[in-house]
Amino acid sequence: MMRMRVRYFAWVRERIGVGTEEVELPDHVGTVEELIAWLRNRGARYDRAFDDPAAIRIAIDQEMAEPSASIRNATEVAFFPPMTGG
Amino acid sequence: MAVSVQAKPFDVAAEIAAVTKAAGDAGAVVSFTGIVRRGAEGVETLTLEHFPGMTERKLEEIESEAHARWPLLASKIVHRVGALCPGESIVLVITASAHRHAAFEAAMFLMDYLKTRAPFWKSERTVKSEHWVEARGSDDEAAARWSAEG
Repeated sequence: MMRMRVRYFAWVRERIGVGTEEVELPDHVGTVEELIAWLRNRGARYDRAFDDPAAIRIAIDQEMAEPSASIRNATEVAFFPPMTGG
Repeated sequence: MAVSVQAKPFDVAAEIAAVTKAAGDAGAVVSFTGIVRRGAEGVETLTLEHFPGMTERKLEEIESEAHARWPLLASKIVHRVGALCPGESIVLVITASAHRHAAFEAAMFLMDYLKTRAPFWKSERTVKSEHWVEARGSDDEAAARWSAEG
């Protein structure tokens, strides 16, 4: 088992209903894609938040990352929509 | 070099004076102020969410990149978060250099990059509804042209 902090922002946070949570991941979850699949199985709110993977951006320990990236050494993974600052 | 992410308003004149002083012998100081617009949709409130910690780091990275590309003497990025009304200032970018071209170009670069690479998200409340602002392809294109030119 691997313990990890997961954060959500903007409409991803609204759909899931929480901004930050700690999760215990089974050993087979080793990449961001696998984390998303695992989260989607947790319930309808998660499934809906991730229903369009192309609309989701990812940061591992505050660095932008691709869905194929490993999360084995990560302490935090964040999911959010494309940024709209300025 | 300095960045600030804050809820409170900023004083443009004071910020420009501080950058000018820090720059020493600057011949050009450029500033850009972004302001919340009511627009055709009738925006009543624009609320900015951000990723504390990552936001400041990303802004610092973008600022360092500008200093690597242009001979800047000083710079400042201020970005507000929280609920803002039309007419309120939302973002301020200041660049100082010996000559105007570097200062103008670096200010445009900072704005183009921070719009697409710093973790801010806008939610608009209008008379009719409240919704998250969608990222615009034109902003990605504006940021991409600096890669093409660089």
